[in-house]
Amino acid sequence: MSDIAKITVNVDEAIAVDKYNVDEENAHIELVDDPDMEEFKKLVRVCPAALYKIDEDGKPTFDYAGCLECGTCRIACGDTIIKKWDMPQPTMGVEYRFG
Amino acid sequence: MEERDFDIIVVGSGCAGAVAAYVAASAGKSVLVVERGNYAGAKNMTGGRIYSHSLKKVFPDFEQSAPLERKITHERIAMMDPESEMTIDFTSKELGEEGKDSYSVLRGPFDQWLAEQAENAGAEYICGIPVEELLKDESGAVYGIKAGEDEITAHVTIVADGVNSLLSERSLGNPRPKANEMAVGIKEVFELPAGQIEDRFLTPEGEGAAMLFVGDCTHGNVGGGFLYTNKDSISLGLVATISTAADASNPVPVYQMLEDFKNHPAVAPIIRGAKMVEHSGHMVPEGGYNMVPTYTFDGALIAGEAAGLCMNMGYQVRGMDFAVASGQFAGEAAVAAIDAEDVSVAGLASYKQKMEGSFVIQDLETFKLWPATMEKWDRMFTDYPVMIKEIFNAMFSVDGKPQEHLKKRMMPIIKKRGMFSLLKEVKGALKAL
Repeated sequence: MSDIAKITVNVDEAIAVDKYNVDEENAHIELVDDPDMEEFKKLVRVCPAALYKIDEDGKPTFDYAGCLECGTCRIACGDTIIKKWDMPQPTMGVEYRFG
Repeated sequence: MEERDFDIIVVGSGCAGAVAAYVAASAGKSVLVVERGNYAGAKNMTGGRIYSHSLKKVFPDFEQSAPLERKITHERIAMMDPESEMTIDFTSKELGEEGKDSYSVLRGPFDQWLAEQAENAGAEYICGIPVEELLKDESGAVYGIKAGEDEITAHVTIVADGVNSLLSERSLGNPRPKANEMAVGIKEVFELPAGQIEDRFLTPEGEGAAMLFVGDCTHGNVGGGFLYTNKDSISLGLVATISTAADASNPVPVYQMLEDFKNHPAVAPIIRGAKMVEHSGHMVPEGGYNMVPTYTFDGALIAGEAAGLCMNMGYQVRGMDFAVASGQFAGEAAVAAIDAEDVSVAGLASYKQKMEGSFVIQDLETFKLWPATMEKWDRMFTDYPVMIKEIFNAMFSVDGKPQEHLKKRMMPIIKKRGMFSLLKEVKGALKAL
């Protein structure tokens, strides 16, 4: 991840304080197979929940479970590597208590 | 007109949707609100502060029952580089005067209050269901919604599904906003006792501060930091234009920007000892007038952030007052069109007239050059905060060596940047502002 700065924050811990009803059955966001890495890095840079990561082997990883449903990835890469972006199924997803 | 399940369906119960529903239900129309969150506000996030002028028009007594956090009577603007910060703190009686007053809010409680007003006026609510598409007849006119297996019909559908409006794009054919027209917002809420907030921001009891930051908060990328004091919490976050934050020239992901911002020597003391209770993300439409889509259709209207109604002026951010006004206009236009038995674009034209005849479209148009100006004003986000640091270091620091006159200390700082180019940039920006 040479062109991504050193990450010192654990966003997984930050979003752990949020309330979610995670839909284990349905991914509301899907990427294309073998996404272009330059496009994927855009998502690493803009997703406020840090759901798009590059692992130690340089492989892209994505988990929709902590999604804040902001749509930023859809605007950034909706024409390239985001294959599907729908709202989560009824009653599912993030539930802001403060907002 | 044909038989429909409801006079009006409103998609989304935010500031625009709930107000539209309230207005229409108060006028005696049958109204259904479909909200995808399990309660109104569950999917919403603001910085945030609402300027109350448009809310006052719909709810003259809102101060008595709305869950307002604090009346904002301190305006702060800050410029920061990695090791310095210069803040202007302004307070005056006028900021709190009725009609000009503004309040920090949290959308969880605030949107539930708005929904309660709509429900009390007679609007029916379905929560926890996203609307997947709009129903259209052969001519393309909208006559209701599809949500899951259900199809529900209405004379007019008001689309107020927020900044990430899938319906505007997929069912009404509006273009997807571009990455340079949208910003990503990231925010954390920190719990802090009321007294400590008032002490840290030097505000009278119950009143609060709003603060905007430019510079190192986004590591020099287009965008800025924000802070709003709530009753017993602080909302702290930043906004970064998606196109520039996503670009390969920016190595720092937005969540790391927020982390660095929180650790800045001038910001860390603000939230010292406070517990982080929510981490949230939301987009902000920043393209202004030029990104406002078509918002009047046969059988449908778009209101609020779904219509791109938002202004980020750098020193001022507005959105919810636009949403409330557009919701009111949409509700009124829908009622008038149904009464006149014409819900075509022509029948709903009073929505466009009211939008264009008010601050909503007029303010966006007045400042339509600003988004592009801001986007290209690199130095505002990079070098100006450094220059400010150099100026004030030269002014305030004393090391015991014989001092030069102030002018002699200042001129090199200005000159190395080019006096002429500085003035030209500021003049250009002032034209857009």
